[in-house]
Amino acid sequence: MTAASLLHPLLALVLAPLLPGIANRVKARVAGRTGAPLLQTYYDLARLLRRGAVYSRTTTWVFRAGPTLSLAAVLVALLIVPLGRWKAPLAFDGDFVLFAYLLALARFFTVSAALDTGSAFEGMGASREVQFSALAEPALLVGMGAVAAGTGGLSLSAMLAGPSATAWSATGPALALVAAALAAVFLCENARIPFDDPNTHLELTMIHEVMVLDHGGPDLAFVEYAASLKLWVLGAVVVGVLLPSFGASDVLDALAAAAALPVLAAGTGLVESVTSRLRLVRVPQVLAGAGALSLLAWLLVRR
Amino acid sequence: MRTGVDALMILLVLTSLLLLGSSRLRACTRIVAVQGVALGFLPALMPGGVEGAAGAHSLLLAAASILLRGVAFPWLLLRAQRDAGVRREVEPFVGYTTSVLVGTLALGGAVELGSSLPLPGPVASPLLVPVALFTASTGLFLIVSRRKALSQVLGYLVLENGIYTAGVGMARDEPLLVEMGVLLDVFVGVFVMGILIFHIRREFDHIDADQLSVLRDEA
Repeated sequence: MTAASLLHPLLALVLAPLLPGIANRVKARVAGRTGAPLLQTYYDLARLLRRGAVYSRTTTWVFRAGPTLSLAAVLVALLIVPLGRWKAPLAFDGDFVLFAYLLALARFFTVSAALDTGSAFEGMGASREVQFSALAEPALLVGMGAVAAGTGGLSLSAMLAGPSATAWSATGPALALVAAALAAVFLCENARIPFDDPNTHLELTMIHEVMVLDHGGPDLAFVEYAASLKLWVLGAVVVGVLLPSFGASDVLDALAAAAALPVLAAGTGLVESVTSRLRLVRVPQVLAGAGALSLLAWLLVRR
Repeated sequence: MRTGVDALMILLVLTSLLLLGSSRLRACTRIVAVQGVALGFLPALMPGGVEGAAGAHSLLLAAASILLRGVAFPWLLLRAQRDAGVRREVEPFVGYTTSVLVGTLALGGAVELGSSLPLPGPVASPLLVPVALFTASTGLFLIVSRRKALSQVLGYLVLENGIYTAGVGMARDEPLLVEMGVLLDVFVGVFVMGILIFHIRREFDHIDADQLSVLRDEA
């Protein structure tokens, strides 16, 4: 763990709330509105931290601990994700499996807090969220396996160091397939259209929002901050798979990857503006399709 | 040329998976048409494909293949659909998510089996035999798991696509003769099946193959 390797986590901690702001701004612009300011998420976090929270009498310590533990899991996941060729502080062989499980842990704490409220509403959102994540995880893990087989490294810092031109030219189609599968997983895990609408207020259509409906004050601030960090972390993985390494210097690569993340957020905003949310029976089929793409990529790389 | 063949194989796999998960009959017909057109380019991409007299034969086969699979078969099937006036949904026995998962398993099995088969000669790409096996098994699965007679015809076409892939990829001498013969058989088959479907619909008011096994008398 060098001082330079801590730069990425610090950058992420400061810049992560910018990504949802960019996505919302792009959505507003495409819809013809001006939209909220880019720094709106920062203002929201500051406002929420100043407030107090109200806890229902049916909840227990699980409800209070949920957002904190979920944010802690995402922070640890941040410590194993590289940016460009800047290695992650806690990189080790096989840490991509830990990455998937840390995301699952964050989701587990959120779901537990939702179920702790005793409301059927949150239970419905929890069951949907867990169903979709159960189908997205094979796509994520097999896709990471394909990238590991393609680049020959077993640590995220080696796999996402930026595919050099020669390494991936032989398996170009596999790269496209993995990128498509990881993009689907990125949208599903971050509760974006076409899997979930982050702006919906209709009870019938909420999945992620309904789980965090009862949190307020600092708890809600943690939840929103954890969501922004999850966007950054999964975005760094997607960008790491797609972005080629320029080979010049580590700093240039890292800056290029850091600049690609707002572009990815803008792309998310565009996708949200252009498509609509899928019917709920269609979501498992799309996720199964993403899993099939990952499997195909792995089979292509393996031979 | 190897990357061209590889790209075609990936396109075949993606269209087969799409067919397994699609619920609209017209969309399925168009996907099979895309598969056929893509396969029409396969003889031209084979090594030693487009030079000399054999090259002219390959181009002729490719053009005939594209015309028949990409234009004639979809036209016949879309016309049969329109004349029969059936509901445009596929109505499967096995659900769409399960179908895609079965397809994924079949892909894994086909790759395992296809890479361990001893082949008579060198093939253009190690993906060729596995993808041919996968496409053929997708076609068979579609025939077995779909209720409507039209979907079964589409499954038959996909099966034939898989066999064609294996044939063009591995045939040494006179692939033209064999493939033209098979293409003619398939054309006649689809033509007759289209007419059959129209008559079935007219007689029984549905094209549900499951119900055709029950005989009823008028009294």
